[in-house]
Amino acid sequence: MTGDVKTSIAARAAAELRPGEIVNLGIGIPNLIPGLLGDGTDVFLHTENGLLGVGPRPSEDEIDPDLIDAAKQPVTALPGAAYFDSAQSFAMIRGGHIDVAVLGALQVSITGDIANWAVPGKDVLGVGGAMDLVVGARRVIVTMTATSSTGAPKIVSECTYPLTARGAADVVVTELSVFRLRERALVLTELLGDATVDQVRAVTGAPFDVDLEDRRAA
Amino acid sequence: MPIARGPIEPVAAVSAVRSGDTVMVGGFGLVGAPLTLIDALVESSDAEELTIVSNNIGEPGRGLGKLLRQRRIKRGISSYFTSNPEAVAAVNAGEIEATLVPQGTFAEAIRAAGAGIAGFLTPVAAGTALADGKEEHLVDGVPHVLERPIHADVALVYAARADELGNLWYRGTARNFNPLMATAARVTIAEVGEIVPAGELEPESIHTPHLYVDELVLSR
Repeated sequence: MTGDVKTSIAARAAAELRPGEIVNLGIGIPNLIPGLLGDGTDVFLHTENGLLGVGPRPSEDEIDPDLIDAAKQPVTALPGAAYFDSAQSFAMIRGGHIDVAVLGALQVSITGDIANWAVPGKDVLGVGGAMDLVVGARRVIVTMTATSSTGAPKIVSECTYPLTARGAADVVVTELSVFRLRERALVLTELLGDATVDQVRAVTGAPFDVDLEDRRAA
Repeated sequence: MPIARGPIEPVAAVSAVRSGDTVMVGGFGLVGAPLTLIDALVESSDAEELTIVSNNIGEPGRGLGKLLRQRRIKRGISSYFTSNPEAVAAVNAGEIEATLVPQGTFAEAIRAAGAGIAGFLTPVAAGTALADGKEEHLVDGVPHVLERPIHADVALVYAARADELGNLWYRGTARNFNPLMATAARVTIAEVGEIVPAGELEPESIHTPHLYVDELVLSR
């Protein structure tokens, strides 16, 4: 996967965010979003390890050893930021106080089930906050490539990888398209770049409905 | 810690940890981890067969990763073993037992232990492998998992600042699990960056009131 593909997925996901929203970003593609938000798009970034108001990465001499994000990387805190303990952080998540979680996935089923924490046959020893976030956030946006590194579709009829949660995905953004969950089923609503419906079908492991919203005409 | 007194030596503090104990250790990775107390446990304690409750089992050769190399951990209860590949290898080799818990459930179970709550129902992990062996209950048609509190014999926590009574103030994201763990063990030992006279911490700014704290140790 090239950096361009990742950036284009992140940019489309960023367009889903509305000013003032409380947003939690996962590791990987979602972490590209802060660099892609326009100046007028003020969202508040929440990190599970106890900070609302995450700012940009610090320069080498600005690093504060007590200040990291969920990926354990140094961050800064913006004016108006708040710190809290882990129980309160997850009360925010579980309690529905986070507007949007953007996260990667290994598989998403056509009914919105998400598998993003474990690969069968590999070590199943890290879940972190993934399960809490997909259950608790008001909107869950999945960012991922349409296929795995071996070319297998990542949108499938039924997840074969260990589940993170059932019916949790609201929006799925890949390099080809946007799917939205409607009445417990993912519907193709937008083609990205030069992608066609046939192309999306070829890399999707389940039948799906198509209801294209023409964003350019809007 | 009802009476003002000075800090004790790290070695004396960790003598509270006995073989077979459950020990909570604060920190998200190494940030907010009580590294002086962990070093004392590694260098000056014989306690083994320990159950460690910590979000991660340190990093290779750092923090709790040192205790892991000494093979003194019998079981880990964590949300993310993966940040220490040596911990993953030890689990796969059958050297330690791993209990993986979603991070929010982990935090709430520790909070519940300190707050006298015998269990709680959460929708998190319902229908997943991490609910295996746990009771599931439908609440308003939504599957929930019954989670039990996580108690400990000893909690080792880190705070940037304490007063001489044991009131604690945490800094930045080094707070994380520390205030929860301070409430959930029979004995709480707080490693602190500095100790100020009682009255110097603003009462409104105290994160952990001193009644939870048994001993203070200064960071090295």
